[in-house]
Amino acid sequence: MSIELKDLYDDFRDANVIKAYAKQIAIDAKGLNRPIGIMEVCGGHTHTIMKYGLPQLMPANIHFVHGPGCPVCIMPKERIDHAYTLAMQENVILITLGDMIKVPGSNGSLQDARAKGADVRFVYSPMDVLEIAKTNPTKKVIFFAIGFETTTPMTAALLESVITQKIDNVLFHINHVTVPEVMTVLMADEENRPVENKIDAFLGPSHVSVIAGSDIYQPFASVYKRPVVVSGFEPVDVMQSIHMILRQMIEGRSEVEIQYSRAVDKKGNEKAQALIRKYFEKAPFFSWRGLGKVANSSWKLKEEFSSYDAEKIYKDILPTKECQDHKLCRCGDILKGLATPPECTIFGTLCKPSNPIGSCMVSSEGACAAYYRYGNMK
Amino acid sequence: MKNATITLAHGNGGSESKELVESLFYSTFGNSILNNSEDAALIENGKLAFTTDSFTVSPLSFSGGDIGKLAICGTCNDLAMMGAKPKYLSIAFMIEEGFSFEELRHIIKSMHDELEKNDAIIVCGDTKVVPKGNVDKLFINTTGIGEVYYNGISASHLKEGMSILVSRDIGSHGAVVFAAREGMALSSELKSDCASLYPQVKSLVDASISIVAMRDATRGGLAAVLNEWASSSGVTIEINEASIPICEEVQGICELLGFEATALANEGTFVIAVPVEEAEKTLEILRQTNQSAAIIGTVNNSYKGKVVLKSSWGTQRFLELPTGELLPRIC
Repeated sequence: MSIELKDLYDDFRDANVIKAYAKQIAIDAKGLNRPIGIMEVCGGHTHTIMKYGLPQLMPANIHFVHGPGCPVCIMPKERIDHAYTLAMQENVILITLGDMIKVPGSNGSLQDARAKGADVRFVYSPMDVLEIAKTNPTKKVIFFAIGFETTTPMTAALLESVITQKIDNVLFHINHVTVPEVMTVLMADEENRPVENKIDAFLGPSHVSVIAGSDIYQPFASVYKRPVVVSGFEPVDVMQSIHMILRQMIEGRSEVEIQYSRAVDKKGNEKAQALIRKYFEKAPFFSWRGLGKVANSSWKLKEEFSSYDAEKIYKDILPTKECQDHKLCRCGDILKGLATPPECTIFGTLCKPSNPIGSCMVSSEGACAAYYRYGNMK
Repeated sequence: MKNATITLAHGNGGSESKELVESLFYSTFGNSILNNSEDAALIENGKLAFTTDSFTVSPLSFSGGDIGKLAICGTCNDLAMMGAKPKYLSIAFMIEEGFSFEELRHIIKSMHDELEKNDAIIVCGDTKVVPKGNVDKLFINTTGIGEVYYNGISASHLKEGMSILVSRDIGSHGAVVFAAREGMALSSELKSDCASLYPQVKSLVDASISIVAMRDATRGGLAAVLNEWASSSGVTIEINEASIPICEEVQGICELLGFEATALANEGTFVIAVPVEEAEKTLEILRQTNQSAAIIGTVNNSYKGKVVLKSSWGTQRFLELPTGELLPRIC
C-alpha cells in the first residue's frame, strides 16, 4: 500500500466534519459563563484560521487572539540590516528561507539588495546550501538562519555536514528562537491586557512540538491554568482543537492535550534536540519585534564553532543600532495579540503585501498578510 | 515611488505589474485602444487583432513544452481570446553566444508544429546574438495579427447572472516550471498545459455560444483573470472553491510549497463567461477537449469589483490579485 500526498490532508478538509464541529462548538459554547479568547501562537495556525474562514464558524463568545509565532514577523529590523549588510559584501552569497527576503529593514529588503546586484537566494531546505557552496568555491556563502524549534535542527544538520565534508566557505548568521519563553512573557503581562484581548487558552504550535515535544507547554497548564491543545494545521485539526479547549474550559480543567497525535508526542524528537545542543547554546536574550528583549529565547553557535559564525567574523561592519518600527505600524501590538490587523490605521492602505511597512504584512504566516489575503470580508 | 528599482515582483502579473503598467506605460502611451487593456488590441475598426509577447523561461524545456511552443501558443492564444483567427506572426530572437545549435533547431521545430495547429505563418523576423552573460540563453519575442471572426468579447461586459467556466484543471504550467526550476524531482506525470486554444474557441463559436468574456489565465493565474473581470465590469464574481478543477499533482506542489493554485500560471487554460442558459452547452464543448473543464461560479452584484470565494462549509473570503514574487513558506 502506498501513501499519497493527498492522504495527508484530504480527510482534514472535509466539509461535513468541519460543519459538524462548528455545530457542536456552538452548542457547547452556551456553557461558557463569559467570552473566551484563544491564542494561536503559531503563524501557520493564523494562516489556516484565516484561509479557511474559521472565525466565521465561531459563536460570538469565542474569538481568536493571534500570537507571535511567525519567524519572519518577529525579526527586528537590526537583524534584517545585518542580512542586508552581509549581502552587499563583495563575493558573498546570502541565503535564507522564503519570505525573509521581502521584509524591509532600514535600508530596504534583501529583495532590494538583490535588485542592486547582491547575490541573494532562498532555499527550501538548508541542506541546499551545501550544493551552492560547492559550486561557488570562491564565494563566501552565508546562511541567514531563521525559524523556531522546527527549523533549528536543520541548521544544526547543515553545520554538521559543513564540518564533516570540510567545506570552508559556509558561514552562519543564527536567528533561531524558541516558543515557550515568549509565551511566558505574554502570560506575565496578562493582568494588564484589555478584556477583549485576554488569552484564556492556547492552540499549541505543533511543528514546534514535533521537535520539542508537548511537555514544553506544561507550565502554561499547571502554573498559569490555561488549557493548551497542540493542534495540526488543517481546518478539521483546528476545529477539533477548539472543541477540546472548549471542553476543558467548561469542565474547569487546564491540561496539555495533543490533538495532532499523528506527529506529536510528549518528548518530541530527542535526536533532533541532541543535534541542536551539540552546536548551539542559549543566547542571553533575543530582541523580538514588538516584544523587546526576551531572555533565553534564542540560540547562538557555541564558542567552539565561532569560525562559522558570520556575526563574529563580520562584527566590525554589522550595524548595531536598534531601529524603531514605522510610527504608525502596529506589528508590535499585533504580535502580542493586543490588536488585530484592521485596528492598524495603515493596514491595507499604506501597508500592503506589495509595499509592506511592517513585517506582519510580509510573511504568509503573518497576521496582517493573512487578513489582507483572506480575512477582508466585512 | 519608494522602491526606485524594478524588482521581480513587477513581472509577476499581479498587483505590482499592474501598478507598473498603469503608472508608467499607460500614463505615457495611453490611447483609446491601449487603454482597453485586452489580451490583444483591436485595430482597423475591430477587423484585426494585434498582440505581442516576449518569452523567457528557465529551464528552456519543461515537461509538456519548451520556449518555442510557448512563444507561438502565447501570442496565438492572445489573439484567439479576442475571437480572432491567428494568421501572421513575427519572431525575434535574442540568443546568447555559445547557445547550442541542436537545441535551437529543436525549439524551431516545436514552433513550426504549433504554428500548424493554428494554421498561422511567420512572415518576418529578426535575430540578435549577444555576448555570453548578456541574456540567459535565449529570449524570444513574437507578435501576431489575427482576423476577428467573433465580435464583442470584452472584460467589461460581465453582468449579473452570467456563468463562469474554466477550460481545464488549473496551475500545471506554473507548477511544472517552478518544480523544474528548483530541481524538485517529481515522480509524477504532470505536464504543462501549454497548448494552442484557437481550435477550442472555434468549436465554441461554431456551436453559436454567446461568448461574453474570455481570457487565458497566464501569469497571475485564475485569480488575476477573475479580478480583472470583476474590476473592469464592476461586478462580483462568486466562485465555489470546491468546483475549481485542480489536479492532485498541482495541489501536492501547492501543499509542499505553500502556493495557491489560483495564482499559478497557465499556458493553455482559459476562463470564459457566458449567459447562464448556455453554461451547460459550453461545458459540454469544453469537455470534448478536456474532461476537467468546469462551471466554477456566477456573476452577481454583492461586492462590486471583487471576487468572492465560497467554501463548501459555508465560509467565504475575497480572492485577491496575487502579489509579490512566488516564494515558498518557511514551516
